[in-house]
Amino acid sequence: MTVQTEAAQAPDLLYSEAEEDLRSAVRALLADRADAPTVIAGIESDTPYDLRLWESLAVGIGAAGLLVPEKLGGQGATHREAAVVLEELGRSVAPAPYLTSAVVATEILLALGADGGPAAGLLGELASGSKVAVLALPFSTPPADAGAAMAGTLERTVSAVAEAVTADVLLVPTADGLYAVETAGDGVAVQPLVPLDLTRPLATVTLTGATGTLLADAGPAAEAVGRGLLAGAGLLASEQLGLAEWCLTETVRHTRERHQFNRPVGSFQSLKHRMAQLWLEVVSARAAARNAADALATGSPDAPLAVAVAQAYCSGAAVHAAEECVQLHGGIGMTWEHPAHLYLKRAKADSIAYGTAGRHREAVAALVDLPAP
Amino acid sequence: MSTVIDAAGIRRLTQELLAARPPATTGRADFLKARFDAGLAWVHYPVGLGGLDAPRSLQPVVDAELAAAGAPDNDPRRIGIGLGMAAPTILGYGTEEQKQRFLRPLWTGDEVWCQLFSEPGAGSDLAALGTRAVRDGEDWVVDGQKVWTSSAHVARWAILIARTDPDVPKHRGISYFICDMTDPGVEVRPLRQITGEAEFNEVFLTGVRIPDSRRLGPVGDGWKVAQTTLMNERVSIGGARIPREGGMIGTVAKTWREQPELRTHDLHQRLLTLWVEAEVARLTGERLRQQLVAGQPGPEGSGMKLAFARLNQEISGLEVELLGDEGMLYGDWTMRRPEIVDFTGRDAGYRYLRSKGNSIEGGTSEVLLNIVAERVLRLPVEPRNDKDVAWKDLAR
Ligand SMILES: Cc1cc2nc3c(=O)[nH]c(=O)nc-3n(C[C@H](O)[C@H](O)[C@H](O)COP(=O)(O)OP(=O)(O)OC[C@H]3O[C@@H](n4cnc5c(N)ncnc54)[C@H](O)[C@@H]3O)c2cc1C
Repeated sequence: MTVQTEAAQAPDLLYSEAEEDLRSAVRALLADRADAPTVIAGIESDTPYDLRLWESLAVGIGAAGLLVPEKLGGQGATHREAAVVLEELGRSVAPAPYLTSAVVATEILLALGADGGPAAGLLGELASGSKVAVLALPFSTPPADAGAAMAGTLERTVSAVAEAVTADVLLVPTADGLYAVETAGDGVAVQPLVPLDLTRPLATVTLTGATGTLLADAGPAAEAVGRGLLAGAGLLASEQLGLAEWCLTETVRHTRERHQFNRPVGSFQSLKHRMAQLWLEVVSARAAARNAADALATGSPDAPLAVAVAQAYCSGAAVHAAEECVQLHGGIGMTWEHPAHLYLKRAKADSIAYGTAGRHREAVAALVDLPAP
Repeated sequence: MSTVIDAAGIRRLTQELLAARPPATTGRADFLKARFDAGLAWVHYPVGLGGLDAPRSLQPVVDAELAAAGAPDNDPRRIGIGLGMAAPTILGYGTEEQKQRFLRPLWTGDEVWCQLFSEPGAGSDLAALGTRAVRDGEDWVVDGQKVWTSSAHVARWAILIARTDPDVPKHRGISYFICDMTDPGVEVRPLRQITGEAEFNEVFLTGVRIPDSRRLGPVGDGWKVAQTTLMNERVSIGGARIPREGGMIGTVAKTWREQPELRTHDLHQRLLTLWVEAEVARLTGERLRQQLVAGQPGPEGSGMKLAFARLNQEISGLEVELLGDEGMLYGDWTMRRPEIVDFTGRDAGYRYLRSKGNSIEGGTSEVLLNIVAERVLRLPVEPRNDKDVAWKDLAR
């Protein structure tokens, strides 16, 4: 592919009215069920997930089935709408297995061309929100590693699997193909780890003598897993955008109100410029994230590049916004009661998820023919 | 400053101490007390107060000898505020009695200190503080709330600033006290922080009686005294002497060498950039110390804490990313009240989160940059509307 391929048709980088309606619904739900004190109380309890929240989001709003065609039980929408949901989830750092189940696992099943068969059945269950499925690979796996991740058998240990704790089904890539393995079945152990990002649980998955349903042979499975990871990386950019936006908004609000030296600290030019710089990064992140979502939605050949660019940019923008948020809040930003730390932890973990910015820059290098020296 | 004592003399005294109190058979506390009494605690302090009136540059001679002999050291992480901030302030402004009473147990670590400066409404603008101290006979009666007080839960004593005159501009109505943390009316409540631990606290002061004999410096002149504390705080946070790869960069460098599977070109470039910056920061600190010894203190001191904060944050951020899957994990979120202030222990995630405080505690990086711009570079100061107004008339 050459750099110019996509020049012909410009991507749609704006939000449609339907997308804004969806955003309002999701935002209202999250404001109601996942405000900061609730999220902080949740992560300190034994059940980090508010099942009612997931039910309302997945079933009530129908967000779980956005990517799934109506005939398979979904909403027949696209990655563009799913991206809007993720922006809102990033903005509230609410714990919900949306990215892992409703995007990555769902995309993999869709890519298998699910006309009937076990994949179609599972897809319907994910779309309706009655089941949660996650890909049994480390959360850090970039799309480029999809092929390599297919090595191994159903006897294996995988570390740092995101949301495995809440999953009903694991999608396990092996050299033979992709298996669906029930987490409740024999020979499956899901051992929770202590995550940096308390709002997205990680676990070690150990399979010993587990059985599963073969969903696809190795060839198509590898391609499907690659597509799942690509969608995950691409839409993660929208989560990062939402997160960064919250951090900026909240920092602006705080520094306008917080007085020191007989004036609002936000009136100091050194702080103003930093927040203005963050604004520029948020605006840029939005363009990059929208481009990735649109490319995924339209099945554009530019999608791999759009996703790599979005990840290479948005990871850093989110971490930067969260770090500035802590700093510009002063001592309050270092406390547990203030939600800033939840955003910092999510942003930092997100910067590793589905490949670091560095890995995505390498992907860019390969895609646009700018090889390393 | 005496020039009688030289390196050889100091070495001899150190050997005498080691012979009199062999570390192998002497208890830790006994050894530290004997060391203080021999004047080898901080050799530049006066005789009788743990020092020998010797040049500061001779301290490393003592430290090296003692380390080689396996002698116990006082843990600077546990007694950092006492050692780094209370001690120089007491030395500079304390009465003879105060110096005799406080410096020895402070240095040996028998008594831990904390700093009751910041308040909910007075952080960067510390001089705006509202905790009141009202004279009542031989005592002062103190009421107010302090916040972010590191180690208050283990501290025996506190350095405290309070407002003794609300009718004059804010910098002029402050006095400086030594507060007994075991006195009635002192209440310490844990404040959990980003790392999960409650390293700092909220401290409520209600009718706390402090005898006038525990005031440091003249009434109303506490801001000047506090400047000594704050300057020393910055130096003690940013100014530790470390060997090459001695700070956080050492941990990342070790991981890099031992785990080749984690390496990428991108991380390599960033690691090298930070390695060079860490080495240059170390050299800048070393040069500053040499300037001090040569009697030409430079303004670089203000820069060291800035560099330390930024480097710690960038290096620990890189470390989390380098570790990949492991970087997404955290050791332990248990809410604890640690006895020591720990910047670097534990895992990469902890280091990353704790380092965020480095640019806030002891003066934010923004405020320090203002100080460099205005006092070092002599750039015009920001227009101010809080200088000549009585404290009680300021907006809050
Ligand atoms: C881990 C930790 C430990 C601490 N330990 C202690 C302790 O033991 N004892 C104690 O007394 N205090 C302690 N502190 C408090 C610390 O000194 C204050 O948090 C700090 O001075 C900042 O004040 P603030 O939190 O009120 O922030 P604010 O003053 O509200 O600052 C908010 C933001 O505005 C910026 N800002 C403020 N003024 C200006 C300006 N003029 N120009 C540009 N930017 C500006 C700040 O840099 C910051 O980014 C600790 C803090 C932390 C985080």
